[in-house]
Amino acid sequence: MKLLVCISKTPDTEAKIQLTPDGKQLDTSGMKYIMNPYDEWYALVRALELVEAQGGSVTVINVGPSSNDQIIRKALAIGAHEAVRIDAEPTSAWFVAHQIAAFAKNENYDLIFCGKETIDYNGSEVPAMLAELLDLPFVAWASKLDMEGNTATLHRDIEGGVEIVKVATPFVVSAAKGMAEQRIPNMRGIMMAKRKPLKVVEPVAVDDPVSVVQYALPPKKKGVKLIEPEHIDELVRLLHEEAKVI
Amino acid sequence: MDKTDKGIQRRAREDRYQGHDYYLIDELLTEEHRLAREAVRDWVKQEVSPIIEDYFEQGKCPTHLFEGLAAIGAFGPSLPTEYGGGGMDEIAYGVIMQELERGDSGVRSMASVQGSLVMYPIFKFGTEAQRRKYLPKLGAGELIGCFGLTEPDYGSNPGGMVSRLHDDGDAYVLNGAKMWITNSPVADVAVVWAKDDEGKIRGVIVERDWAGVSAPEIKGKLSLRASITGELIFEDVRVPKKNVLEVQGLRGPLSCLSKARYGIAWGAIGAALDCYDSALRYALERIQFDKPIAAFQLTQKKLAEMITEITKAQLLAWRLGSLANEGRATPAQISMAKRNNVYIALQVAREARQIHGGMGITNEYPVMRHMMNLETVITYEGTHDIHLLITGHDVTGINAFR
Ligand SMILES: Cc1cc2nc3c(=O)[nH]c(=O)nc-3n(C[C@H](O)[C@H](O)[C@H](O)COP(=O)(O)OP(=O)(O)OC[C@H]3O[C@@H](n4cnc5c(N)ncnc54)[C@H](O)[C@@H]3O)c2cc1C
Repeated sequence: MKLLVCISKTPDTEAKIQLTPDGKQLDTSGMKYIMNPYDEWYALVRALELVEAQGGSVTVINVGPSSNDQIIRKALAIGAHEAVRIDAEPTSAWFVAHQIAAFAKNENYDLIFCGKETIDYNGSEVPAMLAELLDLPFVAWASKLDMEGNTATLHRDIEGGVEIVKVATPFVVSAAKGMAEQRIPNMRGIMMAKRKPLKVVEPVAVDDPVSVVQYALPPKKKGVKLIEPEHIDELVRLLHEEAKVI
Repeated sequence: MDKTDKGIQRRAREDRYQGHDYYLIDELLTEEHRLAREAVRDWVKQEVSPIIEDYFEQGKCPTHLFEGLAAIGAFGPSLPTEYGGGGMDEIAYGVIMQELERGDSGVRSMASVQGSLVMYPIFKFGTEAQRRKYLPKLGAGELIGCFGLTEPDYGSNPGGMVSRLHDDGDAYVLNGAKMWITNSPVADVAVVWAKDDEGKIRGVIVERDWAGVSAPEIKGKLSLRASITGELIFEDVRVPKKNVLEVQGLRGPLSCLSKARYGIAWGAIGAALDCYDSALRYALERIQFDKPIAAFQLTQKKLAEMITEITKAQLLAWRLGSLANEGRATPAQISMAKRNNVYIALQVAREARQIHGGMGITNEYPVMRHMMNLETVITYEGTHDIHLLITGHDVTGINAFR
């Protein structure tokens, strides 16, 4: 099996989110980054498990500048066989999907994995766009994926239940929690990652129809007021006079 | 799968630790160092933090962690891969120890002893047959090792040891007792130092199941409670000559200690960082007199001094690591870093404990555990004062030990 896993970089979950003064960009100074957990824990690990069971190779792909090599090496340390980086700023989902599609279209991957979303912009757009651009079936937010021959059975957690779908390869899937378990790279993997190929590819020209107008931070959370159970009337007064909800 | 003992609670409270790098020392590290650090940090958050307070409180060693430590590659990371190591450099070894000790000094000790005090001497002074026999299994955690140098009457002065190796044809007969031996009750092999018939210190590899070997546990430790410590007692133990290491004199054990002290110089920063991290977060969240306690000058003084000392220790460790990579770190330089970094870690732990007020007395926070652990770390591998004497000797040329 020839598998492609799309990985992206996101700010660390503990990072403080600040905007540039014009509100058009994220202020990235001093920002710590990690591999998007949905890509790392679920998509990449499930791809590795399939290849371990049936043979084949896992390629990881990232659209980004050379500073992203750190997360790409991590993917290699976890076990991916080779990596491709498209050397461009990932300005939008549209741009990223076009870059990956341009690379993948002649490579005949059996399966293309993405995470269900990145934990920064939460767009969930790249996987669907990618499937469309490659004219492949798409299964979104799969929490389980089993292969038999070239048919995959996938579980999708839906409101109040599970949807089970079957699809033949090739297809694109976006991975949700449950598809696999996080693998921590070991020292041997980290040392081996240094010798694995990381190919840098020039981007293709893409007209981006989308531009960001403005970002705004959510309003600051107000402090929590604790009221003793015996002071119900005080609670009612606050809900009425301060919160103005009753 | 949860392999922890019955009666051990996994904590729900999340380990929110974040590294602190005031002088951007990260930029001096390679991609490989950073990956190693993140990997061990993730492993500690997953495997150590949820259980450590309970193991510590019950005075039990989480022996199931040996397997995980081996799997992640924490045993002898800077030894060559064909001998069970990781083929990494000395800074990688350092950052691994730092992250482990960020979790717990006892867990770091489990790895230090195995890698630096057991695998290293077998690699450095062992015959090829000894290396092939023991190292891959030690690296894989299939065998657990311990290091027997200290004796009941010879601690800071190991050269005075009275354990004896008597030549008896194809074997030596070993008699004696070792004290304070990390891992000994659970160990399969021990690197033991004793004097031969000529009074020269020799190292031998002793297997636990040989006749005449026993390793009773030392109970009642109030520090390093999650690490198991014991004695090693040898009564007419026949040690085949093929198990003798090729080194003579105090140089043998001291070179192992240098290797382990180097790891401690890094490790102690981990404990300090965990205390600082917890104190900083607590100071920002805890409100007294209508303000976060971080707003008071006396709290800020504590935090400022803590991060300053940590930053100095980080620079010391990094420079020492660079020298070690070039094979130029002297035992005296390693001694200075061990002494300084453990000392400041203990200061940081004490200040951090104060910032946590009453909460710092409980095991809701890791600080008091680190503080208690560091009392061992400042004592073993050479006490603070012995390290002062090493530096004193180095700069004056005058030996003040005796
Ligand atoms: C939890 C734990 C684990 C350990 N693990 C191991 C292990 O795995 N293997 C091993 O071999 N050992 C181990 N040790 C032993 C440790 O290395 C010794 O405890 C240490 O070297 C100090 O020796 P001592 O306890 O005999 O103290 P002493 O040597 O009796 O020292 C007592 C005090 O006297 C001071 N002192 C001694 N000589 C001088 C001097 N010349 N000038 C000034 N002051 C001096 C010391 O600094 C100290 O303050 C461990 C110890 C502990 C507590």
